[in-house]
Amino acid sequence: MTGIRTEPVTVNLGPQHPSTHGVFRLRVTFDGEEIIDLEPVFGYLHRGTEKLAETRNYTQIVTLTDRMDYVASMSNNLAYVRTVEDLSGIEVPERAQYIRVICAELQRIASHLMATGFLLNDIGALATPLIYCFREREKILDLFEMLCGARITLSYMRPGGVFQDADQDFWNALDILIQELPHYLDELETLISKNEIVLARTRSVGVLSDEDAIDYGVTGPILRASRVKWDLRKANPYEIYDRIDFEVPIGVEGDTYDRFHVRLLEMQESVKIITQCITQIEKGSIRADVPYFIRPKPGETYQSVEGPKGELGFYLISDGGVSPYRCKVRAPSFINLTPLKKMMLGWKMGDLITILGSIDIVLGEVDR
Amino acid sequence: MYTSFYQLIDFHSFYDMYYKIFESLGLSSSASWMSYLAAGGSLSFLAINLLVLATAFYTWFERRTIARFQVRRGPNRNGPFGLGQPFADVIKLIMKEDTIPTEADKPVFTIAPIALLAPTLLIITVIPIDDASFLATLNIGILFIVGITSVNSIAIFMAGWGSRNKYAILGSMRGAAMLISYEIPMALGITSVLLISGSLAMTEIVAKQDIWFIVVMPMGFFVFMAAATAEMSRTPFDQIEAESELGSGYNTEFSGIKFAILFLAEFMAPIVTSAVVTTLFLGGSQGFDFLPGQAWFVLKMFVVIFILLWIRSTWPRLRIDQIMGFAWKILMELGFVNIFLIAIEVAVLMDPVTGLLTSQDLLIMAAINWVFTILTLVFLANLLGKRNYDRPDPVPSPLANMQPKGEK
Repeated sequence: MTGIRTEPVTVNLGPQHPSTHGVFRLRVTFDGEEIIDLEPVFGYLHRGTEKLAETRNYTQIVTLTDRMDYVASMSNNLAYVRTVEDLSGIEVPERAQYIRVICAELQRIASHLMATGFLLNDIGALATPLIYCFREREKILDLFEMLCGARITLSYMRPGGVFQDADQDFWNALDILIQELPHYLDELETLISKNEIVLARTRSVGVLSDEDAIDYGVTGPILRASRVKWDLRKANPYEIYDRIDFEVPIGVEGDTYDRFHVRLLEMQESVKIITQCITQIEKGSIRADVPYFIRPKPGETYQSVEGPKGELGFYLISDGGVSPYRCKVRAPSFINLTPLKKMMLGWKMGDLITILGSIDIVLGEVDR
Repeated sequence: MYTSFYQLIDFHSFYDMYYKIFESLGLSSSASWMSYLAAGGSLSFLAINLLVLATAFYTWFERRTIARFQVRRGPNRNGPFGLGQPFADVIKLIMKEDTIPTEADKPVFTIAPIALLAPTLLIITVIPIDDASFLATLNIGILFIVGITSVNSIAIFMAGWGSRNKYAILGSMRGAAMLISYEIPMALGITSVLLISGSLAMTEIVAKQDIWFIVVMPMGFFVFMAAATAEMSRTPFDQIEAESELGSGYNTEFSGIKFAILFLAEFMAPIVTSAVVTTLFLGGSQGFDFLPGQAWFVLKMFVVIFILLWIRSTWPRLRIDQIMGFAWKILMELGFVNIFLIAIEVAVLMDPVTGLLTSQDLLIMAAINWVFTILTLVFLANLLGKRNYDRPDPVPSPLANMQPKGEK
């Protein structure tokens, strides 16, 4: 087709767009349908969480962390309280650690369910799988409601333990959920891995090689999808993860399909972890004797946990006062966005949406 | 009891009625053309309004059905079973401000919704809802449908181009490419029907279906259905809107009554398409005697519509290149092979003197075609099955070294 003059089109995908998972914006240059250049723009949801933390005391900051990755508040809480405990040398009772691990794993399942549902929605399945995923996530949110009365912004964990003990209703409901979930997850996997259209849309699309994944500092399911067996729960066991037996699933080549297949497998592992926690947990105190105003000795520390989206780390500097001198968050969603260009160039518009969906970003965390 | 009423919905009975009225008024000299005009006007008025009303209830039906697929309830607040919902929607849309973007090409932007709605409305004129109830006895009925559906791609391109919005242009470019591509398999599917019926008139096609054509040629039905789904731009071919990619595609900039008309056309398309499918493949108004033909027609339409909704609520969307590939690489070939096979069958089985196919001939064709369809399916499945469902076991990258602290 020589002789026809064509020119690339630059499209602003977002900040108001149904598939950018919030107020993310992509300036994409298309040659027809093919992506030839792209530039992510973010900051639309910047609320200054890190700066706000400098004016709150250590206990109050827990509520700020809820609002970062708002689909995985428990993991944020866990990462933050672990950093404070490390900074001020607080010993956490064992029962509290078990409850925290159960909560974090439940939250991981909830977050992955949402990621999977939204990815299928991005592929264009008109919300049906999304609502199937939400149906299961709802049960987990109900469990959280039993624990602390909140469903999304939980603030359940405190430096030194958790806010209150789980009552018998919670354990009964948890038992039922754990029995039901594996069946449901199998169903979800069949729905995805046997669907010809999903395979055509995700297989070998947006491949991220293991070298690139490490070079770009990617963590979490995306790193593991690129065959890199790296999980902080195994590599640097925190809480009681060293007593628990679980596998770290990895992908085959690092394409979009792997990224959400790894999430599916991880949910099954999370179910295993929770089952073991339920059998191992013993009665005891759920919170160390920690004052409301914590005054750690001057110093600094970095602690991280394996959040649903990757390595979620908090870096705190204390000057001896009631609030941190500086609080820095290593947000996995933000850093996982760095290889965006690497993954997307040369693919078509429809793939752009699925690749972005497979990264599973939460803008509250990206912009903070 | 019902026969008298249904015979009324017929051009000639309308004509006679008006003729009598005009004659009694003493206008016998011009009664002929005036009653012609009046009969046509009243019938069009009836047909358009009935179709628009049907579309309104169809949106309700679609939303409720898809809601059941999605573990939801759907609209159920407004009136009994939420049946008032479509009217609430329409009133809301009409009362909204009708904005036109400053940079838009105003005439094109304004005409586009009408250009999209008109062909959809026109299709219904040639569809025989029963032996006696149709609006026009066009002897080239199916050709008329093929011709008139081609206007859709122009209308969608007008809507996208006229609104001068990048999403809209992307959507309408996709739409133009896709709609034009899928017209070929659709025409091929129709051609296979014509080979048996030997007539382009819709009434003739229905009359020839001693055995429904879906039984006689399942492959033709599949090709036509797939192409028709694409022509309606529904999942898995909903590239024109692609709400998760393009926001809303070609109708991004439309609001108010223009948007309402666009949506009317969009939701009317399944109704009209299912009517065409019913006529071509499901024996039209044929059925058992305890229900009138019109009722059988509507029942069959509902079955087709339900299948369309089933597909819509369960399947994800294909990418644009995969869609085009499907049209040119698979559907068109299947269509050609199907036509070839049926042409041979017709040439062999048809009575050379009368040019008719008996129902026995149709049964023989059905047997051959089913064997062919199943063989094709097995062949395609094996061909596609080469792309493994099961992937190799994952090999951990040598770059990772996950040893717990303190261990070596």
